[in-house]
Amino acid sequence: MNAPATPSGRWDNLARSRAGRLARAAGFATGRLVSADSIVPLLEAVIEPGDRVCIEGNNQKQADFLARSLVKTDPARLRDLHLVQSVLALPEHIDLIERGQVSRIDFSFSGPQAGRLARLVESGKITIGAIHTYLELFARYFVDLTPRVALIAAQAADREGNLYTGPNTEDTPAIVEATAFKGGIVIAQVNEIVDRLPRVDIPADWVNFVVQAPTPHYIEPLFTRDPALITEIQVLMGMIAIKGLYAEYGITRLNHGIGFDTAAIELLLPTYAAELGLKGKICTHWALNPHPTLIPAIEAGFVESVHSFGSEVGMERYTAARPDIFFVGQDGSMRSNRAFCQAAGHYACDLFIGSTLQIDLQGNSSTATKGRIAGFGGAPNMGADARGRRHASPAWLRAGREGRGNIAMPRGQKLVVQIVETFREHMQPTFVERLDAWDLAATANMALPPVMIYGEDLTHIITEEGIANLLMCATPQEREQAIRGVAGYTPVGMARDLRMVENLRDRGIIRRPEDLGIRKRDATRDLLAARSVKDLVHASGGLYDPPQQFRNW
Amino acid sequence: MEQFTLTLPSSPLPQDIVRAAICGVVSSGNLEVLVEPGATRDACEIVVNTSAHGFRDIWEAVLKDFAARHDVGGLRLSINDAGATPAVVSLRLDQAFETCAA
Amino acid sequence: MNGRRISYFEASARMRLSGLVDADSFSEFCPPELRQTSPHLAQLGAPQAFDDGVVVGRAKLAGHAVLVAAQEGRFIGGSVGEVHGAKIRGLLDKALVKRPAAVLLLADSGGVRLHEANAGLIAISEIMRAVLRVQAAGIPVFALVGGSCGAFGGMGIVTRLCAEVVMSEQGRLGLSGPEVIETVRGVEEFDSRDRALVWRVTGGKLRRTLGEATRLVDDLIPAFRAAAADLIARYQAHPLAPASLVALLDEQARLAARSERFAGARDGREIWQAAGFADASRVPELSVAEFNLHLGETS
Repeated sequence: MNAPATPSGRWDNLARSRAGRLARAAGFATGRLVSADSIVPLLEAVIEPGDRVCIEGNNQKQADFLARSLVKTDPARLRDLHLVQSVLALPEHIDLIERGQVSRIDFSFSGPQAGRLARLVESGKITIGAIHTYLELFARYFVDLTPRVALIAAQAADREGNLYTGPNTEDTPAIVEATAFKGGIVIAQVNEIVDRLPRVDIPADWVNFVVQAPTPHYIEPLFTRDPALITEIQVLMGMIAIKGLYAEYGITRLNHGIGFDTAAIELLLPTYAAELGLKGKICTHWALNPHPTLIPAIEAGFVESVHSFGSEVGMERYTAARPDIFFVGQDGSMRSNRAFCQAAGHYACDLFIGSTLQIDLQGNSSTATKGRIAGFGGAPNMGADARGRRHASPAWLRAGREGRGNIAMPRGQKLVVQIVETFREHMQPTFVERLDAWDLAATANMALPPVMIYGEDLTHIITEEGIANLLMCATPQEREQAIRGVAGYTPVGMARDLRMVENLRDRGIIRRPEDLGIRKRDATRDLLAARSVKDLVHASGGLYDPPQQFRNW
Repeated sequence: MEQFTLTLPSSPLPQDIVRAAICGVVSSGNLEVLVEPGATRDACEIVVNTSAHGFRDIWEAVLKDFAARHDVGGLRLSINDAGATPAVVSLRLDQAFETCAA
Repeated sequence: MNGRRISYFEASARMRLSGLVDADSFSEFCPPELRQTSPHLAQLGAPQAFDDGVVVGRAKLAGHAVLVAAQEGRFIGGSVGEVHGAKIRGLLDKALVKRPAAVLLLADSGGVRLHEANAGLIAISEIMRAVLRVQAAGIPVFALVGGSCGAFGGMGIVTRLCAEVVMSEQGRLGLSGPEVIETVRGVEEFDSRDRALVWRVTGGKLRRTLGEATRLVDDLIPAFRAAAADLIARYQAHPLAPASLVALLDEQARLAARSERFAGARDGREIWQAAGFADASRVPELSVAEFNLHLGETS
């Protein structure tokens, strides 16, 4: 027999390490079940200095009890940890860095903690490995960032340790799969322990410990957009998107970013798009969270299928009651899966449309601002041409023809669209000569400026001034003028070459609302299929149960 | 508040307006536009009162485009602005024009 | 408007008025071109409105002469400043001369304008006295409450002085606003961010249950119009009688008893339960028609 060529001469070091950790933890658990009181010593028994740890959390659900518990562990014992997780959203995530327990992080998004994180990076208290997209980080879980310990969140467990993650399954399967099959330890916080689960989302033998949290895990209603806040300008841009883009290319498979601009499009489908005769011709298949603002379009029969990254608070009964539309288990509740939905958005959608804070003259866009390290989430995967894609569709082929010209080898291209007003709040111009991302990269010592969508992937820009089709621009100069030509009264827009912009308009590269037959005075909120959250509840037949903060009745 | 008045050449409005008209509400990011008969037939007088300081160049560009887009000679427009973006200003001006042209 | 339903909540003061009264019947007093703007806001360098946030005038409603005032909730929260208040007070004074079938106050206000505190406070007290004077002369004043600011502070008091209060469930009525209560008494007393709670405590459905609102209508301009027209017809048939001391004492006793009965109540649900709603937690979900039907059955 050949001796294994490893330093220890063995092939099962990970398994032996796991066994040792489990043995140390046995005193704090009854089988797989851990009481809330014992969770801190259990974490101290299981986690070792230098471990890669994933505290499950993304832009929606959070393993908040386990995060709070980790902050209570002894910093002398649990130190030098390497966090590998989607989101640094909770104050506790940053507390761990400040307490000196975490020295390195790899993540995707840090929304609410972006300012604190930036200060810690500048002061040298933390090293950022990289800021990833969701799919990219999941991929690295299976290559070089596999967690040793995963702290996850589930709705319920049974007494064997099977987990029900329900509508908010989200990142859990990707995290558990990587951890459980590479010698790691999985600890789940659950809202309740029951005799019988509605369904098993994660089997018990992938889970080492289950603890019932004193309070249910927090879920952010991140995708709820109150229709009352949609402006006339957003209605106008929505009309431009539907008539000038969705109808033009016949977009059936798509993803929408979060934001009021895209919420406006969703609410215009049953009204404006239906009046244009587009029902059944556009927006039938979605990679999208269950946006409440999509309810009227679903009820109007516009939508055939929606697969979701996560769920949305208050949409549970509605999604359960529409199993032909959403992905619903045999138990009757929805299941989301961020990894699969990200893949779906990247490979199986012909269009991504979203908003951003800044766009430069090459069409690069970024939400980075100085003093905040916010990260990416999933938008870069949605908003990038899928170079590995090999199936054709009419929309994809047309974009490819427009972008590559009539070359010998037919290829398609994904439509990647930014929908923005030329000015944001407080007269901040959206169009800029230079992205703030450059400064952020310099101050935070990042290898790459944090660009959300690269100009080379961007195909269209929609503003209140019209659409710029960047695919059809023949030269970089034309492309720059096409961007200036929809940049309104921003300094970038006012510096346009008027003659060149008119030429681009003659060639259909820039199209104004009037070129599309859209009358600006028709762009009123009366066009929205719902103008309040209450309207959405009515549209859902009472199935949608909005969170308290969105009610005014 | 920053206040300034512009007089912009524009072709005369086809018919005289009968009475004053008002469009919009002064709320954050919004504005009101009061339309009245002006002094000269071939120019549009525009009085701007805005809470956002330092954007006169942008106002002038927006208002010049408006006076070129429509025949608004003979009108006097008075604007109370609470920080509206150029997009909202243009929309409100167009609505005010349509109200008095109708 | 495209045949769509016109939300009262969303509409501007001018849109509400034009949908409320008979077509082309409205004639404005102190119109915007007179530029009777707030001198205080000008001194503070704050944006002004040509009508100082309130539209006043005369009109016809179902053929009857009415005087109307509509507050613009989007201009500084519909707040009552010196000019704004004087316009409403002047309108009420005119009612004593013109003797319309009713005066309609389309309230949409958080109360006194903080920028002009003393002048605003005086204006509010003048409006209160004027409402009482007009009603003592036999002319009913109706408050219509369905805008985003509701009727709070001094305008909450003014609203309660009116002979009739028409509300939508989106409308709110109270004295101190939710944020004020939270600031003064703490979040344990009242969580102003729990919007469902705010509406259960200040919203049209609770106010109607308590009898403070006399009509609950859908959030549609035509629904407010229909209610106002119906009320005018009723007051034409049975004119407003001067308040007697006995009636006032009875009302005082009724309110004292109510105050005692519900002293411990923390939430509108408890009052709905007491009012006989089978499932008080479902009341916010009831349609206006269902709600009114239920009140009719139990009262």
